[in-house]
Amino acid sequence: MSNSTNPFGYTIKAEDVIETLGFFDDWEDRYKYIIDLGKELPAMPEDLHTQERLIRGCQSKVWIDSSVENERLQFTMDSDAFIVKGLIAVVLAAYNNASAKDILDFNIDEYFQQLDLMQHLSPTRGNGLQAMVARIQDIARNAV
Amino acid sequence: MNAQQQSSAPVFDVNRIRQDFPILDQEVNGHPLVYLDNAASTQKPNAVIDAIASYYRRDNANVHRGVHALSDRATQAFEQARETVSQFINSPSSRQLIWTSGTTASINLVAYSWARNTLGKGDRILVSWLEHHADIVPWQMISAQCGAEVIPIPVETSGDIDLDALAGLLDERVKLVAVGHVSNALGTVNPVSQICTMAKKAGAKVLIDGAQAVAHWPVDVQALGCDFYAFSAHKLFGPTGMGALWGREELLESMPPFLGGGEMIDQVSFSGTTFNTLPFKFEAGTPNIAGAVGFAAAINYVQSIDREGAALHEEHLLNLSVQRGADMPALRRVGAPRHAAGIFSFLIDGTHPSDVGMLLDQQGIAVRTGHHCAQPLMEHFELPGTVRASYSIYNTVDDVDRLFAGLEKALRLLS
Ligand SMILES: Cc1ncc(COP(=O)(O)O)c(C=O)c1O
Repeated sequence: MSNSTNPFGYTIKAEDVIETLGFFDDWEDRYKYIIDLGKELPAMPEDLHTQERLIRGCQSKVWIDSSVENERLQFTMDSDAFIVKGLIAVVLAAYNNASAKDILDFNIDEYFQQLDLMQHLSPTRGNGLQAMVARIQDIARNAV
Repeated sequence: MNAQQQSSAPVFDVNRIRQDFPILDQEVNGHPLVYLDNAASTQKPNAVIDAIASYYRRDNANVHRGVHALSDRATQAFEQARETVSQFINSPSSRQLIWTSGTTASINLVAYSWARNTLGKGDRILVSWLEHHADIVPWQMISAQCGAEVIPIPVETSGDIDLDALAGLLDERVKLVAVGHVSNALGTVNPVSQICTMAKKAGAKVLIDGAQAVAHWPVDVQALGCDFYAFSAHKLFGPTGMGALWGREELLESMPPFLGGGEMIDQVSFSGTTFNTLPFKFEAGTPNIAGAVGFAAAINYVQSIDREGAALHEEHLLNLSVQRGADMPALRRVGAPRHAAGIFSFLIDGTHPSDVGMLLDQQGIAVRTGHHCAQPLMEHFELPGTVRASYSIYNTVDDVDRLFAGLEKALRLLS
């Protein structure tokens, strides 16, 4: 679908996010970067904003849609909040365009720890990160 | 909006008050903490922290059963606390004051012990659109069992209960009106005494969810004319997981126990068990003794300060916020109740409340974002939630300045 325009998992990967975030020493720059990353998510068509695609456990709304292309999972995700969209981008940098096995093998806790520069990446916050990751892993498990 | 109030800030020594709350003296994300989430839970003064610590250091034992000195001291402290809390709301007797784990448990107690056993098919329970889930869900749960119906009382766009609509709903089918004293989402101070009069005329009982009211001004359950009043210690500078239910004596007497166990019995036998008297018949199991001690300490603390000055001070902070908000083009206040208590709920155009909350947190400012456990209200107003700044006695004008500077910065980052 619109995945050809999705940079996450293609030109922007987990290492790139870790590297760029580590480069800023000011929280405002880090948040600006995260918010800008969110703006690079391809738009999710309104008609995909359905109840079934909604991820529970997030304060803002988060939707997810997925497909498999060449044995790699392609995710389309969206949120009604800017920072959460940025967090989605961070998560998709690690998971998008990856095989189900790679998704399940990926050490997400370590990734978040490396991004520790942002307290809001802590999965205990009400940002829904935990729920997003669980849903992506579920989809991967079903795809194996 | 009140222009006079802005020009002459009330004299209330907030800096003295702040010294009583050790938690306020800290940095969060490199900034001095600005705590504006008081409607979720208030902070605790040294008097409460020390009373709880001292209880565990010196007096701890189980209550009502020991023959020894510690048990006796614990029982005395526990029952003295009941007396203190009871007088605080002007109850005619401390027998009518039942310890619970909080407002939620108090409302559930009335739902399961009174409503479920009294109401049936064709009966109605009225709750307002403003209600916290704690004052909606228990009624829905027991209604599913007893066949009663839960009907919402309309709310105007100002966030005030529509009293004409309430009058229209009050017919002989209505057996209970359950409303909040103060809305935790919008700060609306409901005219509960008037609501009690209206409900009484229609022959309905009234339960008031007082969770958000007790911290702001003295509550007098007799003057209000309600049948039940539910509140929590933690919204009143006391410990979490502690609260009380006040009820009319004849009603409480008529209600069967809700939880069974120790403490609530008179005689237990396999041929039949009899129950303890009020208030103990509703207090099964070992209670939160330290919680009661802390609750009473919180009330003693509140009564030791200039309450009227504190209320004016909070009102001043709210008025200031409303004025500042009006000067910020992107800010939209949610609701504009005729009378509000310490709560400023708003949206920043083009952003989600959670964006704003996260960026304020980065600046050391704690606010609540989301639906505030009032999803029906948010749905009613078609809102994704709000950002809520809620003030307490220890907040300052500087906190309001920090909030608005923080909002300006958040807006810059998000645009
Ligand atoms: C209006 C209102 N009712 C009920 C509650 C529930 O109180 P608690 O969680 O202490 O039982 C709250 C607090 O969240 C509240 O604000």
